[in-house]
Amino acid sequence: MDFSKQFRLFPEEASSVAGRVDTLAIWLFWVSAFFTLLICVLIVWFAIRYRRRTENEIPPETKSHEWMEWSWSAAIFVILMVFFAWGAKLYVVVKKPPTHAMEIYVVGKQWMWKVQHPEGQREIDELHVPVGRAVKLIMTSEDVIHDFGLPDFRIKQDVLPGSYSTEWFTATKPGEYHLFCQEYCGTLHSEMTGKVVVMLPHDYEAWLAGTVPDVSMVQAGAKLFSTYGCAQCHGQLAPTLAGLYGRPVQLDNGKTVVADENYIRESILNPPAKLVANYPARMPSFRGQLSEEQLIDLVAYIKSLGAAAPVTQPVNGVAPDAIFNQPPAREPPPIVPVPKGGRR
Amino acid sequence: MTTGTVPYIPAVEVEERETYLNVSGKIRSWLLTRDHKRIALLYLISITFFFFIGGAAATLMRLELMTPARDLVRPETYNRLFTIHGVVMVWFFLIPAVPTTIGNFVIPLMIGARDLAFPRLNLASWYLFVFGGCFTVAAIVLGGVDTGWTFYTPYSSVYSNTNVVLTIVGIFITGFSSIFTGINFIVTIHTMRAPGMYWRRLPLFCWSLYATSCILVLATPVLAMTVTLLAIERIFHVPIFDPNRGGDPLLFQHLFWFYSHPAVYVMIVPGFAVVSEVVACFSRKRVFGYWFVAGSSIAVAFISFLVWGHHLFVAGMSMYGGIVFSFLSFTVAVPSAIKVFNWTATMYNGSVSLKTPMLYALGFIGLFTMGGLTGVFLATLAVDVHLTDTYFIVAHFHYIMVGGMVTAFLAGIHFWFPKATGKMYPEWAGRIAAGLIFFGFNLTFFPQFILGYLGMPRRYAGYPEEFHLLNVMSSAGASILALGYVMPLVYLIWSIKYGKDAGPNPWKAMGMEWTVPSPPPKENFTKIPVVTQEAYAYHMMTPQGGDGPILPPAPPGERVEGGKPVDVEWSKQ
Ligand SMILES: [Cu+2]
Ligand SMILES: [Cu+2]
Repeated sequence: MDFSKQFRLFPEEASSVAGRVDTLAIWLFWVSAFFTLLICVLIVWFAIRYRRRTENEIPPETKSHEWMEWSWSAAIFVILMVFFAWGAKLYVVVKKPPTHAMEIYVVGKQWMWKVQHPEGQREIDELHVPVGRAVKLIMTSEDVIHDFGLPDFRIKQDVLPGSYSTEWFTATKPGEYHLFCQEYCGTLHSEMTGKVVVMLPHDYEAWLAGTVPDVSMVQAGAKLFSTYGCAQCHGQLAPTLAGLYGRPVQLDNGKTVVADENYIRESILNPPAKLVANYPARMPSFRGQLSEEQLIDLVAYIKSLGAAAPVTQPVNGVAPDAIFNQPPAREPPPIVPVPKGGRR
Repeated sequence: MTTGTVPYIPAVEVEERETYLNVSGKIRSWLLTRDHKRIALLYLISITFFFFIGGAAATLMRLELMTPARDLVRPETYNRLFTIHGVVMVWFFLIPAVPTTIGNFVIPLMIGARDLAFPRLNLASWYLFVFGGCFTVAAIVLGGVDTGWTFYTPYSSVYSNTNVVLTIVGIFITGFSSIFTGINFIVTIHTMRAPGMYWRRLPLFCWSLYATSCILVLATPVLAMTVTLLAIERIFHVPIFDPNRGGDPLLFQHLFWFYSHPAVYVMIVPGFAVVSEVVACFSRKRVFGYWFVAGSSIAVAFISFLVWGHHLFVAGMSMYGGIVFSFLSFTVAVPSAIKVFNWTATMYNGSVSLKTPMLYALGFIGLFTMGGLTGVFLATLAVDVHLTDTYFIVAHFHYIMVGGMVTAFLAGIHFWFPKATGKMYPEWAGRIAAGLIFFGFNLTFFPQFILGYLGMPRRYAGYPEEFHLLNVMSSAGASILALGYVMPLVYLIWSIKYGKDAGPNPWKAMGMEWTVPSPPPKENFTKIPVVTQEAYAYHMMTPQGGDGPILPPAPPGERVEGGKPVDVEWSKQ
């Protein structure tokens, strides 16, 4: 047993939000410590100061005061609301990915993580990312609920079967970090672990170059698109898919939805669920015909068809988030050159 | 005070006074009893049995976690252990713990009734409890169940190949036992109060159990429906939660927590009940802010139905949903804080005696405060994202449920033990056990807060090296804690036979249960008493001249002559 270096109170602060979460947690700690100590000191003090001296002692009556009750209730409420607002504000940051984060797809299954980069690189239980760039994970599960937990980044997100969950981070420190499945998922739940490798931009480039992809996700998706004959209808008999992603879609029930990954996924698996206005329900369901990996290829391809709003797209691989979603970076904002494989 | 100078001393016990215990010794008379006091003891034996099953599972888990490797048991066994531990402790110990044992025993005595409103229903609910328990024990014996006590779908409904259905049948049946108990308490408190026992004079114990009963009656049916849906999907393959066939996996979590968050309060509000009585008695003071303590129990019960979403902050709920549930979860902290302040203030200027029940009660206040405040960490959205599903959660709810509820349960057991048995336990043994439990508990669970912040996930049979030291500390604490829990079992059983006679009121406590002999007679009160004063009139106690014992005022409204209560007219006021 080597217990040296085991006295740590904080995990690494390796993402743009980690420090902010820690600051909030430290404030919570001090306020909690204050109240715990206050109660403990009062209890000990009262227990000694007012200890029973004789068996027959009858203490005088103490009247309780309503103003006291209301004032400590109000004081507690105000303190709580400060933390509520602070926590909620930071939660919005933690939850909302920058619109132009680089996207990596994750598929969880009992008991491994499959990671797919748009350029075609695939990884198992590992995720390589460059430092300083916002990364958005688009995740789904092949079986039960898992959770992609990154304690050094202070984030986690359940990964559900049947839909896409998203999680984002900007890593701020090169190194290797724990990846834990944090939602109980069966026998080998505790072995559904892995690591996130955060690399300096040039190392990441080298890694991308050294990991030769067979084919990019968009290319793989394009192939599926033609294999399944999607183009026979889409464009004429069915709504065109060009520029679909990210745009609002008018449905036949009068509602409008934004075409995100989950909408595209659902429309492939269960087309009648959200029918586009003025088009008949003629598309067959592809449920059971496509694996989760094929589905995400297809989704990636459909997303690549035309740009809904050019400003939000990376231009020649220069991610706009390198300009305005950047945390106070410890490394200079990296510029990642166009990866080969023709993303978009 | 009607007869303040003639206190009720159930005189020199004339041999073989008839009590609820010796009225008949036949097994049959116990199994068919309708006496709330005997049913309380039946429950006590049952839940103690389950407590030690759950405890054994926890012991094996802590042994496995002594080392980072998964070496003592196989992962599938470990998963069964934490599931058994959770299921048994939640439904077969914590939820019934205080209501069905202490509550069953003292509510009628406190309000001046001869029994609960529905004595047969009370017995039926014990049988249901045992019957449900049989299914769950069968599920364990026949290979166990590995879904965790939360039964998240689609793992539990489609993927697990363990005894899920058997277990949830047990929970389903036991749920009805909870509902029956809840109904019984509500009706009893509404209709069976003695003359003069107005709501404003109701002991806070009854207020808290009233709130608990409301939760039981309103929330438990949702659990029954939820596990039924789960069983339907599992047995008949009707897609409800399985997304591959059009179900919604999150629906289960919403339904489950709609029950289980209120259930968390079923597991703590009865603890408030006990602590209010104990702190008042051992400070010889009226509970500070009676209405605020009573009202906060009701408020907690009400708000508990509105906060279930805080279990789903990272599950895939919308961001705005998360913000609303976070806000509501923060508000529930206010009534909890009110209670802690009021208990502490009760000691102010009192006459504080640190007898065993008081040690437990004060331990409760400290541990509950820490459990509650770490709950605030978890209600804080961005912090919850980091901490949820880690050991921080594990530590947090053990501070509430073990540090809180189990400690309060032990406070209550030690407080009313002399009433129930007529005997005293050795005070020194009680104090040592209380100390061991407090120390062992903190050593077990405090390191888990740090482990959680460092990121150690819960429900892991193994873990990376860097978490080793804190886990060793935790396991060491667990062994002390286990010793602490075995001690009361031993000395309390010993005391039933060899303990000193306790007399009717060893603590000089107010409250009508202390006005009857110990153990109480079968019918509790020979004559139904008339209540003429508030529940905590400690300042009105009467010292019996010189160094003699001080005694509480005579049974409210009841005249006592020559050790025998005399009938008194119902004073209409
Ligand atoms: Cu998993
Ligand atoms: Cu909750």
